[in-house]
Amino acid sequence: MIVIIGLIAWRASGVWLALFSVITMTLIGLLGLWQDSMTTLAMVLSSVIFCAIAGVPLGIIAGRSDRFEGFMRPVLDAMQTTPAFVYLVPIVMLFSVGNVAGVLATIIFAVPPIIRLTSLGIRQVHPELVEAAQAFGATDWQVLKRVQVPLAMPTILAGLNQTIMMALSMVVIAALIGAGGLGSPVILGLNTLDIGEAVIGGLSIVLMAIVLDRITQSMAKKR
Amino acid sequence: MDVDDKIIVKNLYKIFGPNPDKAMTLLGQGLEKTEIFERTGMTVGVNNANFTIRSGEIFVIMGLSGSGKSTIVRMLNRLIEPTAGEVIVDGRDVVRMSHDELLKFRLHSMSMVFQSFALMPHMTVLENAAFGLELAGIEADKRRTRAMEALAQVGLEGWEDSSPAQLSGGMQQRVGLARGLAVDPEILLMDEAFSALDPLIRTEMQDELLKLQEQDKRTIVFISHDLDEALRIGDRIAIMEGGRVVQVGTPEEILQNPADDYVRAFFRGVDPTNVISAGDIVRDTHPTLIKTKVGSLRAAQELLSNSEHDHLYVLDAKRRFLGVVSSDSLREAIAEHAKDNPIDLAFIKDARAINTADSMQDILPEVASRNWPIPVVDTDNHYRGVVSKNRFLKTLHRTEERLDEQQGEMNAA
Ligand SMILES: Nc1ncnc2c1ncn2[C@@H]1O[C@H](COP(=O)(O)OP(=O)(O)O)[C@@H](O)[C@H]1O
Ligand SMILES: [Mg+2]
Repeated sequence: MIVIIGLIAWRASGVWLALFSVITMTLIGLLGLWQDSMTTLAMVLSSVIFCAIAGVPLGIIAGRSDRFEGFMRPVLDAMQTTPAFVYLVPIVMLFSVGNVAGVLATIIFAVPPIIRLTSLGIRQVHPELVEAAQAFGATDWQVLKRVQVPLAMPTILAGLNQTIMMALSMVVIAALIGAGGLGSPVILGLNTLDIGEAVIGGLSIVLMAIVLDRITQSMAKKR
Repeated sequence: MDVDDKIIVKNLYKIFGPNPDKAMTLLGQGLEKTEIFERTGMTVGVNNANFTIRSGEIFVIMGLSGSGKSTIVRMLNRLIEPTAGEVIVDGRDVVRMSHDELLKFRLHSMSMVFQSFALMPHMTVLENAAFGLELAGIEADKRRTRAMEALAQVGLEGWEDSSPAQLSGGMQQRVGLARGLAVDPEILLMDEAFSALDPLIRTEMQDELLKLQEQDKRTIVFISHDLDEALRIGDRIAIMEGGRVVQVGTPEEILQNPADDYVRAFFRGVDPTNVISAGDIVRDTHPTLIKTKVGSLRAAQELLSNSEHDHLYVLDAKRRFLGVVSSDSLREAIAEHAKDNPIDLAFIKDARAINTADSMQDILPEVASRNWPIPVVDTDNHYRGVVSKNRFLKTLHRTEERLDEQQGEMNAA
C-alpha cells in the first residue's frame, strides 16, 4: 500500500513527493495506526469519489444556469454551516452506527466545495470563447466538453482538493458514530484522558492530510 | 431578389431587457433610444435596420462604440436572438430556422473572427484552426490537411504545434482568421477583428485580408470603428448611430453626399483625394479609334481633324487600351512614313493608362505632368474614358468647398 501511494505521488509530482509520502506513511505505520489509517483512507476516498460523481455535474448545471445556482447556494451554505451533530442523529437513526453512516455524514459535509468551485470554474470561462464555439456551430454538449470543462479543470481540481480536506476533517466526528479509522484513537484518548493516544491519532490525521493535499495539488498544477 | 444579394436584412430590431414588446411599442410611438432607456431601463441595441449585402463584397459596418455594430453582426448568425425582423441569407430566413438548421447553417455557411481573437488556450494552433472542422465531425486526417492549408494561407506554417499564448497578437489573429477560413465559408463575419492590433500590424492584416479576398471571393461583413480601415477595405459601408443604420453606400457616395451631421463628422478630416478614385471621375469624352487592319495614320488624322479634341485614344477590337496619338504626333509620323502605315508609329511614347481603382492621390503626378488627358482602364484593361486636368481640379475644388461648408456648420453649431 505504501508502495502504491509512493507511486501515485511519484506520477503526480516527482521523486521528492514520493519519498515524502512513503516516509510519512511509514511513520504512521510505526505509530501503530496502520489499520486505522487504511480504514480512514478507504472512507475518505469513497466519500470523495461519490462527491465528485455527484458534485461535478451539479456544479456544471449551476455554472450554466443562474436559477439553479440561486437555488443551490443556500442549500450549500446550510450543508457547510449546520453543525455535523445535527444531521448525525437522523443518519444514525436511518443507517445505524458504522461505516455507512460515517461516509454519508462525510459526504454531506465535504460535497459543497466541489460543487461551488466547479460552478465557479465554468462561469470563469471567457464568454467570448463560448460564443466562438457557438459561432462555429457547436452544440451545447460540444461547448461543455471541448471548451467549458477543459478550461474549468484547474478550478474543479482545486475544488476536489478542498473536498478531500473537508472529508479528512470529518474523520473524528465519523469515529463518534462508530465508523472507525484514525478518529477512533482520538475519541478513545478523549474518553480516557489519555493525551498521548489522542495526539498520536490527531498527528496521523494531519500527516495523512498533508500527503493527500500535496498529491492532489500537484495533480492540479500538472494540467 | 437579385442573384447578387447574399444577405438581406429587413426591419431588424434588438431590444435588450425584460419586456421588449413594450420598448417596441414606444419605438413605434417615435421615442428615441435614450428616452426609452430612461423610461424603461431597456436598451435599444438595433433599431429597424435595413440593408442588403452583395455576394463577394466586403461590407463594412461602421459606427462609434455602443452604436449596435456587434449586436447587428451577431444577429446575422443568431448568436443574439433578434427581437423582430428578418435576416435572409441565400433566400432563407435565419430568424426562422429551427435549432438544428441553425447549427448546420453556422457549421457550413458562416464563420466568425473576434476582436479578442477568442482562441482556445488549451488547444494548439493547429487544433484551433481545425476547431470548426472538428465540430462539423470531419475526420482527423482531412481536418489536419485543411487546417494546415488555412494556416499556410495566413502565413503561419511551422507554428501549428505552438500554443496560442506563445504567439504575438497579430499572429493570434491570423490563427483566428485561419479558423474562420478552414471551414471554407461563403460568409465571413469579422467583429472589429483588427481593432486590438497596433497600427502597423493592423494595416498588414488589412492587406492580407484583401489578398485573400482576391484569391477566394467571400462575402465579408466587417465591423469597424475606424474610418481609415473602412475606407481601405470596404466595397460598401454602412454607418450606424444609436442602433440605427443611417447610411449605406460606397465610400465615395458617402463622402460626396453624407446623410447627416453624424456621418459628416465621421468624414471630417478625411482627405477626399484618398477616397475618390479615377473610376469615380472618369469621363468618356474623347474620340477613340478601334485599331483594325486598316487602322492607319490617315484614318486617325481624318478623325482628329473632325473633332474638337487634340488627342485620340486607340483601342483593340475588345476595347483594350493600346495607345494615345495627338495631332502633332500624327503629323510627325506622317512626315517620316507613308500615310497608310499602322497607327502605332504615332503613339506618344510615355502615355500609359491608370486604373479605375487608383485614388486621386495616386493619379495626381500622372495627371499633372502630362499635357494629354490620362486614359483610364478597368481591371481587365478595358478602356473606360479619360481624366483631364480640368476634371481633376474641378472635383478637388468641389469637395473642398463642401468640406469648408461643413467645417463652417460644425463651428457654428
Ligand atoms: N447583452 C446586453 N445586454 C444589455 N445591453 C446590451 C447588451 N449587449 C449590448 N448592449 C447594449 O446595446 C448597445 C449596442 O451594443 P453593441 O452592439 O455592443 O455596440 P458596438 O459593437 O457598436 O460597440 C449598447 O448600448 C450596449 O450597451
Ligand atoms: Mg462591438
